[in-house]
Amino acid sequence: MSLTVQESEYFSKKIGRIPNNIERQIVAAEWSEHCSYKSSKKHLKILPTTGRSVINEKGFDSGVLDVGNGYVVTVHIESHNHPSAVEPYGGAATGVGGVIRDILSTGTRPIAIFDGLRFGNIENDNNAKWLFKNAVSGIADYGNCLGIPTIGGEVEFDQCYKDYALVDVAAIGFGKKNKLIKNHASNGDLVVLIGGSTGRDGIGGSQFASDSLENENRSAIQIPDPFIEKLIVEAILEARNEKCINAMKDLGGGGLSCAISETAESLDIGIELDVDNVHTREDGLLPHEIMISESQERMLVITNKRKLSKLKQICAKFRISCSIIGHVTNDKMMHVKKGQKTLALLPANFVARAPLLDRKKTKPKYLREIKFEMEIKKTMNYSEIILKLLSSPNIASKHWVFQQYDHEVGIRTVVKPGFDASVLRLDNGKFLSTKIDGNPKHCYIDPRQGAIGCFEEACRNVICTGANPIGMVDHLQFGNPENPEVFWTFMESIEGLADFAKFLRVPCVGGKVSFYNETKLGPIKPTPLIGVLGIIDSIPLTTTPPNHGDYLVIIGKTKDELGGSEYYEYIHKFIGGHCPTVNFKDSKINMLTVLSLIKNKLVKSVHDCSKGGAAIAISELSIFGNIGCDINIEKLLYKNDISIEKLLFSESHSRYLLVIDKKNIGQVKQFLLKKKTTFAILGKFSGDQIQFKHKSKYLVKFTVDIAQKKYFNTLEELLKNG
Amino acid sequence: MKVGVVVFPGSNCDRDVFHVLSDVFKLDTEYYWHENHLPQEIGAVVLPGGFSYGDRLRAGAIAAHSPIISDVKKLAKNGVPILGICNGFQILVESGLLPGVLLKNNSLNFMCKWTNLIVQSTNTSFTSKLKQGQKIPIPIANGEGRYFADKKTLSELRDNDQIVFTYEEVINGSSLGIAGICNEERNVLGMMPHPERAAEPEINPIDNKPSSLIFESLLQTIGVKK
Repeated sequence: MSLTVQESEYFSKKIGRIPNNIERQIVAAEWSEHCSYKSSKKHLKILPTTGRSVINEKGFDSGVLDVGNGYVVTVHIESHNHPSAVEPYGGAATGVGGVIRDILSTGTRPIAIFDGLRFGNIENDNNAKWLFKNAVSGIADYGNCLGIPTIGGEVEFDQCYKDYALVDVAAIGFGKKNKLIKNHASNGDLVVLIGGSTGRDGIGGSQFASDSLENENRSAIQIPDPFIEKLIVEAILEARNEKCINAMKDLGGGGLSCAISETAESLDIGIELDVDNVHTREDGLLPHEIMISESQERMLVITNKRKLSKLKQICAKFRISCSIIGHVTNDKMMHVKKGQKTLALLPANFVARAPLLDRKKTKPKYLREIKFEMEIKKTMNYSEIILKLLSSPNIASKHWVFQQYDHEVGIRTVVKPGFDASVLRLDNGKFLSTKIDGNPKHCYIDPRQGAIGCFEEACRNVICTGANPIGMVDHLQFGNPENPEVFWTFMESIEGLADFAKFLRVPCVGGKVSFYNETKLGPIKPTPLIGVLGIIDSIPLTTTPPNHGDYLVIIGKTKDELGGSEYYEYIHKFIGGHCPTVNFKDSKINMLTVLSLIKNKLVKSVHDCSKGGAAIAISELSIFGNIGCDINIEKLLYKNDISIEKLLFSESHSRYLLVIDKKNIGQVKQFLLKKKTTFAILGKFSGDQIQFKHKSKYLVKFTVDIAQKKYFNTLEELLKNG
Repeated sequence: MKVGVVVFPGSNCDRDVFHVLSDVFKLDTEYYWHENHLPQEIGAVVLPGGFSYGDRLRAGAIAAHSPIISDVKKLAKNGVPILGICNGFQILVESGLLPGVLLKNNSLNFMCKWTNLIVQSTNTSFTSKLKQGQKIPIPIANGEGRYFADKKTLSELRDNDQIVFTYEEVINGSSLGIAGICNEERNVLGMMPHPERAAEPEINPIDNKPSSLIFESLLQTIGVKK
C-alpha cells in the first residue's frame, strides 16, 4: 500500500509542486497506518494520559512513571504481527528488539519483557504449531542473549488467528530520574546513526504492516541480531552516563524516514542528512531504500561537536558502527542529500503529521445474531469437564514457554512467571508488579465490556500481589479499519478503556494500535491487550501454598456470564452468551478490600478468578499447592438462582480467591462484613482430592495428581508430536 | 584483596554477580573489560554468565581468545581462585582451563528453571563452607549446559575428586549428572547454575543459605572484606 489518491493530491497541494519519487517513498512510509495512526489518532485522545506519577516530556517513545526516591519505571508495548505470521522466528525476535530500543531511548535500562502470543488452533493445525514454536524460539533467543528477563505474558489459541500470528511485546525499563534523556537539539548539532548497518531487509515494512496479509512479502521482514542490540544497550547507557546524548530515537517502522521526521518535528528543528554517510550492509543500496529500510538494531542520536569524540570512543569500545549522517538546522526542514545533490526537501512537521481520517463505524451484523443461551447437550459430567478445561491449551500451564525464557537474569524476579502478576524488586526498596491480559473471546461478543474486562483482569492480577495499579499500556489490535464494522469494535473498545481508566484514575502511559489484522476467514476478533503496572511499597504477597485446614474465601459476584467463556467455546464450541461486565463500583471496592487484607497480613495468598471460571481458579490453587479441597459451590450464589454450570464456569470479573489461615478467618469475616463486600467462605483445603459439592451431593471429585498431570503435561505433549 | 569480574562483549550476568559480591558479601569488587589486564595481586576472578559474542561459533569459543584470558591463565597457574558461572564455565572449558565440553541440552531448548544441586566436593575455594551431599536449590538458565567428556576424562575427574556439583534430577543429559567441576589444583571452578541468582532471600523462593555458602567460602579463602 502506498499513498492514496487523496493523500497524493494533498501532498502536492501542500508543498506546491509535484513531489519526486524519493519524497513520495519517505512520506508513504511515514503516512502508513503503522507509523501515522491516521485512523486512530483522533480517538486516542480520549484516554487519560496524565497522573501523579506520569512524567511526560517531548520525544519519549515510552511511558515514564515516577516510582519515588529519584527512580523511574518506563514501559512500552508493541506488536510484530505481520512479520511473525510470515517468518515467526525473526518476526518475534525483532518485535522484542524494537520495544527494547523504545525503553532505551528514554535513557533507562530495560529490565523485563512480557509477550502476548496468539495463534490458530494448535490442536489440529500444524501451521499454528509451527508459528507458535518458532515465535517462542525467536523471543527466547533474542531476550536471553540480551540478558533481559522475559517474566510474563500470555498464550492463546483461537480459530480467528488461523495462519496468522499476534506477537505482542511489552518491555519495562528502570533508571534514575536525573538520567532520563531530556530530548533537545540546537542548530549545528550532529545527527549520528549508531548500531547495525542498513540493508535491504525490512524495506516497506510499515506499509506491509498497514495492509492485509495477502502475500508473503519476505523482503519486508527484518533480520534479528541480539548481540548487536546488547552492545547498543551497553554503549547507549554508557554514553548517557557520559552525557553524550542530547536527543535519541529508536529506528523502527519507517526506518530513517520516520526517525528523522519525527525527531525534527518533536524538537522543532530541521535535519539535513547525506545518505552516503549511512553505513550500509551492501553496496548499491538506492537512496530511497536507505531512507525506508527497517534494518534492526539502529539508534539515532543527536550530539554536539564537543561530545562527539567521547561518543565515538564508547562506540569503538563496543565495536559498533557510528556514522555522522547529518546535522541539525533551524529551518524545520527534512533535507535528504546524496553528496551535494538534494534528494528530498520537505517540512518535517508535514512529513510527521499525516492527514488524519474520520473512519465510518457501524455496529457489526454478527452481534445481532449472537445467541444469549446455549441449548445444551450435556454428555460429560462436571469432573470430566473440569479436567478437560485444565488441559485446554488456553488454560494449561505455559511452563513449556516460559522455561525457554531466562526469567531470572537481572536478579530482580521475586514472583516468577506462571502465577498471576510477576513481581520485580526495584533499587529503591519497592516492588513492581506487572501483568498483561487480553481476551478476544469476550471482546468478540462485546468489544466494550471485553476491553474493560481485560483491563480489570490485569488490575486484579497486580492486586493479587499486593500492588496498587499506577499505570496502564494498551495495545489495540483489530482488522481492517476501512471496514466500518471493524472500526465500530475499535471505537467501543477504546471508549470502554477510557471510561474505566478515568474511573480508576489509572493513566494510559503508552500504547499502540495495530489494524489490518486479517486472515482468510476475515478480520481477527477484536484483540485489545492491556498491561498494568503496580507498585508495592513494602513486601509483595508471594504465593504460599495452602495448608491442611486453610479456608478458601471468594470475594465478588458470580453472575450469569458464560459469554466467550472457555466452557462455552472449548467444551461446547458455542460462541455466544452474556459477556462478563465490570461493575465499576464493585470493582474498586473489591480491589481496595483485597489490598487492605494483604496489607494487614490476613491472607496467605490471593488468586485471580478468570479464564475457566471459579472451578478452574480453585483447581489451580490445589494444583499449585499440591493439596486437595472440599468446596461447597452453593456458596457462590449471591442472589437469584443460577445454574450449576454458570456458578462453576462463568468468567465474571472482580472476583478473587483468598487462602486464609484458620486462625484469621474470624477477623477476615468481620472485616469483609464491615466493608460490605460480597464474599463467601467456600470451604477448606485438605486431603488429596478436589471435591465440589452441591446440596450435600458431590458433583466433582478427582485427585490433585490427575489434575496436575492434565494441567502441566498438555502443552508439552501437543508440541512434542509435530 | 579485590575480586575481579571480567566483562566480555555480551556478558549479561556481570552486574548480577557484581551486586552479590559487592553489596551482599561486601567484597571489594571491580569490573575488568576483556581488553584490559588483570592485576597480579588480585584475590579472585569471576567469569560471569551471559552470551559473550552472542554465542557465535560455540558458546564461549570466541571469548576464550580474548586478551584477558591469558591473564586469567597466569593467575590460575598461581593458584588464584577462578570461578566461571554458566557462560563463564563454557569459556573455561573452551580456553582449556577445565576439561570437557558443554553441549546443547538434550531437550534442544534453552532451559530456565530451579533445580537442586548436590555438593560432591567441599575441597575447593568455593565450597569449603558447604557440606558433602548438601542440597543447593538454584536456577539454571542455559541452552548449552550438557557437560560432556570422554570416559577417560570422566574417570580422572572422579578419581581426583574434581566433580564438585551434580544435579539431583536428570535435567539435561550431562555426563554423570555433572553441574560443576574444578581443575586438578582445585582453584578453578566452573558451574552451569547461577549461585548469584540464589544467594538472597527475596529472589530465592526456597532457601538462599546454601548458595550464600559458595560466596562465603570465597570470602573465607581470600580473607578480607572491603
